[in-house]
Amino acid sequence: MIWQLDLILLLFVLICAIGALTVKDLLGAVIILGAYSFFMCILWTEMGAVDVAFTEAAVGAGIGTVLFIAAVSKTKRRSKD
Amino acid sequence: MIIKRTIDMTKQSDDVIVKTLSRLLIPFMQIYALYVIAHGHYSPGGGFQGGVILGASIILLVITYGLDNALRKMSERLNTILCSTGVLIYAGIGLLCLILGGNYLDYAELDQILHVGIAQARSLGILGVEVGVGVTVMAGMISIFLDIATGGLPSGKIEGLRD
Repeated sequence: MIWQLDLILLLFVLICAIGALTVKDLLGAVIILGAYSFFMCILWTEMGAVDVAFTEAAVGAGIGTVLFIAAVSKTKRRSKD
Repeated sequence: MIIKRTIDMTKQSDDVIVKTLSRLLIPFMQIYALYVIAHGHYSPGGGFQGGVILGASIILLVITYGLDNALRKMSERLNTILCSTGVLIYAGIGLLCLILGGNYLDYAELDQILHVGIAQARSLGILGVEVGVGVTVMAGMISIFLDIATGGLPSGKIEGLRD
């Protein structure tokens, strides 16, 4: 593992996490959460945990995003707080 | 302020690019999912991941071709039956090992009925369990998505509520 690459990826993960929490548009927040999952997946692949990365890509970035979008489509798109 | 709902995930898409692309993509997704399940015991992947990818292919069908067309391929009745069948396969293989005189899920005992050698019997046993997990996870994912996207209503009653 290369610690410089780890650090850059962790920075991206942190940016995506803060972005998903602060964005007012809920659909945008879901897409940023998908990007977070994707960076997490790359980070795990880089650290050698391929099985965990596979699960993260399938569940976190794949099914999770679809379920969140389905939930957002049942409510209002903009959050009030 | 009233914001109109812009997404309806169970309506058929009227974009020809989206429909053609998903029609081309779904068979390859399913083949890949079967590959992941079949190679789960000696490479990354397995029943859970393969089942999620299989479920995602049916969910893609619901999003692009609409709920009615997708339910014609995969009815909720079939979905419920598959969800239970997977658990039955998993628990059945475990109980079969118990009946044959070993511990629960001790695949070496399957050699008595398969006659292929203990190592091969263990490999086939874990493959059967992976298939059971895959079937259950696929049905579970589709069921969760349909419940969220339709609000838990039966498929006949959604049309009247759509604004």
